[in-house]
This record gives sequence, C-alpha cells and structure tokens, in this order.
Amino acid sequence: MSNKLATLKFEKLKEIKWRELIIGVSMPMIGLLIFLALWHGIAPNIKTSLGEFPQPKQVFAQWGNLVDEYKSEHDRAAQFYERQEKRNAELLVKDPTAKLDTREFSGRPTFFDKIKTSLITVLSGFLVATIIAIPIGIMIGLSQTLYSAINPLIQLFKPVSPLAWLPLVTIVVSAVYVSDSPAFSKSYIISLFTVSLCSLWPTMINTAVGVAGVSKDLINVSRVLRLGWFTHVIKIVLPSAIPMMFTGLRISLGIAWMVLIAAEMLSQNPGLGKFVWDEFQNGSSDSLSRICLAILVIGLIGFLLDRAILMLQTYVNWDKSAVVR
Amino acid sequence: MSQIHLELTRVGIEFPTPKGPFCALRDVDLKIKKGEFVSLIGHSGCGKSTVLNIVAGLYQATTGGVVLNGREVNEPGPERAVVFQNHSLLPWLTAYENVELGVKRVFKGKKTKTEMREWIEHNLELVHMTHAMHKRPDEISGGMKQRVGIARALAMEPQVLLMDEPFGALDALTRAHLQDSLMEIQNELGNTVIMITHDVDEAVLLSDRIVMMTNGPAATVGEILDVKLPRPRNRLELADNAEYNGYRSAVLRFLYEKQKKIEPISAKRAEKQLEKDAPAQAKSVA
Repeated sequence: MSNKLATLKFEKLKEIKWRELIIGVSMPMIGLLIFLALWHGIAPNIKTSLGEFPQPKQVFAQWGNLVDEYKSEHDRAAQFYERQEKRNAELLVKDPTAKLDTREFSGRPTFFDKIKTSLITVLSGFLVATIIAIPIGIMIGLSQTLYSAINPLIQLFKPVSPLAWLPLVTIVVSAVYVSDSPAFSKSYIISLFTVSLCSLWPTMINTAVGVAGVSKDLINVSRVLRLGWFTHVIKIVLPSAIPMMFTGLRISLGIAWMVLIAAEMLSQNPGLGKFVWDEFQNGSSDSLSRICLAILVIGLIGFLLDRAILMLQTYVNWDKSAVVR
Repeated sequence: MSQIHLELTRVGIEFPTPKGPFCALRDVDLKIKKGEFVSLIGHSGCGKSTVLNIVAGLYQATTGGVVLNGREVNEPGPERAVVFQNHSLLPWLTAYENVELGVKRVFKGKKTKTEMREWIEHNLELVHMTHAMHKRPDEISGGMKQRVGIARALAMEPQVLLMDEPFGALDALTRAHLQDSLMEIQNELGNTVIMITHDVDEAVLLSDRIVMMTNGPAATVGEILDVKLPRPRNRLELADNAEYNGYRSAVLRFLYEKQKKIEPISAKRAEKQLEKDAPAQAKSVA
C-alpha cells in the first residue's frame, strides 16, 4: 500500500519536473516567436529613405553576406602575403644582400574584425577602470574621512554622459599621446579612456559600500587577533566585500559596453560602433538590415559579457551556494 | 596579593548621547586569581558585556582601569582571547583555517609549520571537532561553530579567556554538552576564565565565583558568591545536592528579589535614543 503511494508520489514529482522543463523551454521560445512575428508584420509598413524597414529574414540574410565578406578578405590577405613572400624570395636569389620590404596587409576590417576590436577595447577600458576603482573603493570604504573627501567628486562625475567626456578625452589624448610609431591607434586610446571614465564609478561605490559593511563582529575578531592592516584587508575585508564588489563590476561592465559603442562612433575606433556609423553614412539598401544585425550582435555580446562576470563571481566567491542572477 | 592576576579598579564607562553622557558602568571592582573561573551574571542591559569588552580592550574605560599581570590593558590583544556569543567565525575559512588565523598571529617565529599544524589539530581535538576540521562554518551546526570559536580562543594560549554568553544561542541539550566540554578543558588547562551568562545553572555549575551585577544605568558589582563545590562536577549528581541548590537559590534571590527588573520609562527612552545614535555601542549595553 505504502509502496504504491511512494510510486504515486514519484510519478507526481516526475510530472512536476516535466512541467517545469516544458515551461522553462517553451516560454522563452514563444516570447521570441511573438517578437519575430510582430517585427515581421510591422516592418513593411515603415517606409524609410532607404526603402522598407527590413524584416527578420532580411536581417539574418546579412549574416551570410558578412561571413562571405570576411572569407574573401581573408583570401585576399593570404594572397597578398603569398605574393610578397614570392617577390622577396626572388629578390634574395638575385642579390642575397638585398633589403627586404615586408608590409602588413591593409585590407578593410570586416564585421568580425570589428567585433574583435570592440571586445579588446571594452575589456582594456574596463580593466583600467577596475584597477583604479577597486583600490580607491577599498580606501574610502575603510576610512570615513577619505570617503567624505572623495564622495562629492564621485557624485559629481558619475552622471556625466560619455558624449560629454569624449571631446575632452580626444583633445587631451591628441596632445599627450604623441609618438612617431604609436603602438596603439589614437582612436583606441580615446575609446578606452572614455569607457574607463564612465564605467569606474559603480565598482568604486559598491566596493566602498561592501568594505564599509563588514560585520562589526568580524572586525572585533580582527582587533582581538591584532591582525596587521594588510592581513585585515586580505583575510577579512575583501572576502566579505566580494559580493558587493561584483555587483559593481557587473554594472560597470554593462555601462562600459554601452559607452563603447557611442565612443567608437565618434572616435572612429574600428569596432562595432564604427560599423553602425559607417552603415548609417553609407545609406545603401543593405544598411538598415546591417544596423539591425549589429544591434542584435551588440545585445548578444553584452549578455555574454554579463554571464562571464557572473561565472567569474561564482569562481571567486567563497560562498558557492550564493544565488547569482 | 601577588596571586592577583587580573584586576579591575573602579572601572566606569560613559557613552556619549545627544542628551549628555550615558553612564553604563560605575566603580566596578574585581580581582581575579590565576586559573579562576568567574561568571558575570545579571539582567540583560546591565552592562555585563561592557565589562567584558573593557577587559578585552575593545572599549576604553572612562574611569579606572584594568591591569593584567601588572600591565594596564589599553587595546585588544590575543593574550585576552574572546569567545563571541555568535561564534564570529570567518565564513569563508574552514574550521581549521579559522583557528590557524589566530595561531599564525601568536606563534609566528616561535613554532615551525609542523608544530603549528599539530597545535591547531590538538586544539580542535580538545573541542571534539577533528571530524569536521575542513568544513566551513555554514556546513556545521551552531554548537559545532561555537566549539570552533572556543578552539580558536584556546589555541592562542591566552592568559585570560573571555566568553561572552558563549552558549546563549544554543539549544539546551547542546548547551549542556558544551558546558561539560568546557569543564573538561578547564580541568586540563587551568585557564583563567571570565564568562558572561544569564543562565543561573550554568553559572553555578561552571564557576569558582559568581559576580552578580546590579541593574543599569551605572551598574556595578552587587554581590560575589564563592562556589565551593568540589571538582570535577557532575550535573546529574549535583541536581539533588543541597549545597548546589543553595548557591542556585542565592543567585536567583539576588536576581529576582534584590535586583527585580523594573525599568523606569525615562531610562527606556534614554536607551532607545542611545540605540539610535550609537548602534554599535548600544548593542553591548543592551
């Protein structure tokens, strides 16, 4: 009798699990389908100077075109290097002491090169921001005096739009970063610092709040053990501040990615921002679909960056059972 | 009087509030011999914890002072290890690592790595925690956490062990278990202990002396009771012991007759105000 009850219970549990699975998979699908259907239906009604607003299928078709462009550009580069090698070899045969002339292939950066550039720029900008924000955040979290001194500055600069920073950064970088053979292009440096300037605040504030919120009991433990300043920070302050710190880092990275696109448009850093800008200037029949595609890719990369930070948090955080969402 | 190990002389403390200073303790005098087990008992809010925090060096006395082995106590230090009420283990470290933190601090340069490891393991063995040595606080029960807290304090080889309601947050069975463990350890190591408690049975069972405190504000030592029960003590045998019950009723009479808890409304208000303005300090007063 009880056995029968157990199986019945088990069946019921199984059923619930299945229901959860079906809802978990089908609901996002249904949401997506409704969105695509609406898009498909509404798009032809929007007439623009570049023709009708593209439908989903036209946008996704652009993906194929961009991949083809990438492939042909890749082939051209290979051919270029092949020719160069051949030429140099011939030169060497004629005159072993000949000065060889090797050049980089200077083709157009394709969509995928631009994604790479954008990722490198945003990550370096975010890195610079983090390197500045976390130590300052720890300092002002530990010292109320320092906090009172720096907090007004944070509040003042935090709401400034990247578009306001950009002209200033451009002029300063142009004046300061002068080199005959620059290792990095100016547009990269400008985008990087604009991203840093806009994205360092959430990390700084959240680190400070996390550090200041260390439990009084744990501070008493540290005082009784008479831990040194450094051990106190490493063993007690940082571990308890980690969740807050990562909340800040996530917001910062999100802002960094948003700012980057705007910065690239104006600084002409060859990334996704420039891609959108160029297509806008270009005004061909494909432009609208390509911009739509770029928006989807930008969104997807932003999402993946956020997931990456979450994964890092789960890895770094001592509390593996903490729910991260 | 060369036996006096720890001496509190006319200790008083005032906390600043907007309505002027709030006097939590006044003229607390106490002399403690080496190896003595002393309990502080009193109604909640009477300043027991404040006394302990002053001895620990976490608070500074406004008047008077604490002298340990001829030296005045001004700041916290590992020679006065504290067992906190809510264990206060670092949640990101295992039991072993929590004990290690203190051991490294105290025995750096005095013990080799192997000696330190053996010492940590020995202390965890004292509190019967070897089986869960490498578990983090969130993986063990409340009683086990408190055991680790005791091991951490013991491992620092303190001259005085300060315990702030160490078993207050535990269920009765676990508490009895830990009390027995503590008696066993005390029997073996002969530490000087000051323990805060609000449990009359616990005080009589464990202590050599029970210090009963009057109600605050301006609380002070009311009576001191010498408990002359022979050791080792057994809670079952003592249950019907007339002497034990005599001590018990003496403490109860002090708490419920002489220091009946009546709070004038104005004092309540002052306390509320204090909590609002200085939450950290008020916590220990309450």
